Amino acid sequence: MAIITPLKTVAEQQLAQQFANAKAELPGAGAMRKLREDAFAGFEAKGLPHRRLESWRYTDLRSLLREAMPLAPRRAVRPHAVADRLALQTIGGTRFVLIDGVFSPADSDQAGLPAGVGARSLAEALTDAADEMAAAFVAPEIARDDSALMLNAAFAGDGVVLEIAPGTELQQPIVLLSLATGQSEAAIVSRSLVKVGAGAKVTVVELHESVGPAPAQINHAIAFDIADGAEVEHVRMVTRQRPETVQVQSLLAEIGAHASFASFALAANCGVLRQQSFLRYAGEHSRAALRGINLLRKQEHCDVTLVMDHAAAHGESRELFKNIIEGEGTGVFQGKVIVRPHSQKTDGSMKSNALLLNDGATMFNKPELEIFADDVVCGHGATVAQMDAEQLFYLMARGLPRPQAEALVLAAFAGEVAEFVTDEAVREIAMREVEAWLAQREAAPKGEAA
Amino acid sequence: MLEIRNLTVKIADEDTQILNGLSLTVNAGEVAAIMGPNGSGKSTLSYVIAGKEDYEVLDGEILLDGENLLEMEADARAAAGIFLAFQYPLEIPGVATMTFLKAAMNAQRKARGEAELLTPEFIKRVNAAADSLGIARDMLRRPLNVGFSGGEKKRMEILQMALLSPSMCILDETDSGLDIDALRIVADGVNALRAKNRGFLVITHYQRLLDHIVPDTVHVMSKGRIVKSGGKELALELEKNGYAAYSEAA
Repeated sequence: MAIITPLKTVAEQQLAQQFANAKAELPGAGAMRKLREDAFAGFEAKGLPHRRLESWRYTDLRSLLREAMPLAPRRAVRPHAVADRLALQTIGGTRFVLIDGVFSPADSDQAGLPAGVGARSLAEALTDAADEMAAAFVAPEIARDDSALMLNAAFAGDGVVLEIAPGTELQQPIVLLSLATGQSEAAIVSRSLVKVGAGAKVTVVELHESVGPAPAQINHAIAFDIADGAEVEHVRMVTRQRPETVQVQSLLAEIGAHASFASFALAANCGVLRQQSFLRYAGEHSRAALRGINLLRKQEHCDVTLVMDHAAAHGESRELFKNIIEGEGTGVFQGKVIVRPHSQKTDGSMKSNALLLNDGATMFNKPELEIFADDVVCGHGATVAQMDAEQLFYLMARGLPRPQAEALVLAAFAGEVAEFVTDEAVREIAMREVEAWLAQREAAPKGEAA
Repeated sequence: MLEIRNLTVKIADEDTQILNGLSLTVNAGEVAAIMGPNGSGKSTLSYVIAGKEDYEVLDGEILLDGENLLEMEADARAAAGIFLAFQYPLEIPGVATMTFLKAAMNAQRKARGEAELLTPEFIKRVNAAADSLGIARDMLRRPLNVGFSGGEKKRMEILQMALLSPSMCILDETDSGLDIDALRIVADGVNALRAKNRGFLVITHYQRLLDHIVPDTVHVMSKGRIVKSGGKELALELEKNGYAAYSEAA
């Protein structure tokens, strides 16, 4: 068989050069260095993900990344916009701030860190415990072929490492705020790790925003290692991005027995965003849910791709994503549910609902069920529709002007997902983001919405 | 008050003509009933007055106190005083009933240049209106019309009518789906709103509703036109003899 060496794109060549230059300085010796090199070799063999790969069919990273932006520098002086943004931060008693992917102790607030929570930067953890971190970096089988994740493993130099001791129940969410300064075009690569002990209870809220004018290439991953009986809630809001920013957000979770994991993701003004999730049920009787709201306009693109690997019996999975798309926005939902042969009594339900507000808007839905056990309940459903003209007429006949009537219907559509966020303050912030996005809408010309 | 002249309407994007030169006047303080067989265009008439976009007006005009409604969107017509009580009120999941009521009242006030209603005053008004219509407070906390029974939905329509205080009320088959008790509650609610400066257009198949809401005038509609007008005794005659005579006359 002939060996075909694919031609490297400009960006792939630049990435190779960047890795050659950076690898000696990236934190983590020994096993970690080996892991990075293996990851990059894996990336080089595959190249940037492209549309001929089924899992990346609708988001062609190879053509989106014409050129690789330079790795973000550690900034000695931060723009005022960072401080302004931090002043607005209201949720949570504990906050960790990453600026261009680098942990910033000065901006973080760890004073309220409750007992039973260990926290350090990834850079520190990689220096102190490279072998342990290398083990935590290993991709699960379902994500092993993903070259965006390989790139993350190769380059991620910082992030936040949280350890929640067994039995610890946190009342307040822990906030991880990632700000892209946007001072110049930059590649930002980071990874956070959350290890949750048996029976512990925690909510982790990730906020990803940009505060400056320059676009970025962002590759962030968060990995949860959830022990038996733990309850974990994860919220991720990607907002205020530059339109040209291309971003991959990976969520990894390994879920123990009798545990629960619920993730809610909101994307608004997200630029080009790929949100990929890889969940594995490692123990029986566990529940996991992935839900989200994507609000897209202009040329924005949001790809939600998820893999739920029921590797243990009696697992429950729930997925619910709602897209509101206008302009030339594109939404993608690819949901794969794998039920392994011994994973009997699996209960899975997957839903994707999209509202397209005009002709230029696009939604792709692709459910994939790979069921190898015979005693399971798995369902999926997808709807793509326009706003309900009858509902709008009813509201307008009561005196609501069209933009207000539309905003009410759309907020209600999205609100059904936000309802699942347990923390009230976080839920309110999510709904405020939705309302702010709706307020940016211009009223559709008469007749167009009907 | 409400003047409809030679109204000719077809369904948009289709050739089907529904209203064929309909003319009708409803004066302030008057309760006018429109009766007619299925398919005579009664519901279309109510939708066209309220401003639904599925229709194309080929000819004629609709004036409310001299203002041409056909030039306005549905929300502007509502602010001008039109209220349509729907035959099938829409369920709007995720929109809390109270949020909707407040938004509607304040939108109309804003359109008329009035100050927004403050929350305590709003709640007071809603509670008073709900109590008189036998609407449980718990219903007001639910999403708009979601999971309401047919009777509950109709009562919610009358509640909205009471709160929005329109000058011209159109009731489209409000009696459909109501049992006798619910019919009485709804009719009492409507009767309580009868006033010198307010007109009603009550659309119905049956005489039954008109026993409770006694009209001043009755119009018979057939094939998109008013074919006979008279007093309340006309409704009794229709109940006895049916619509057959008018279908042929049209």
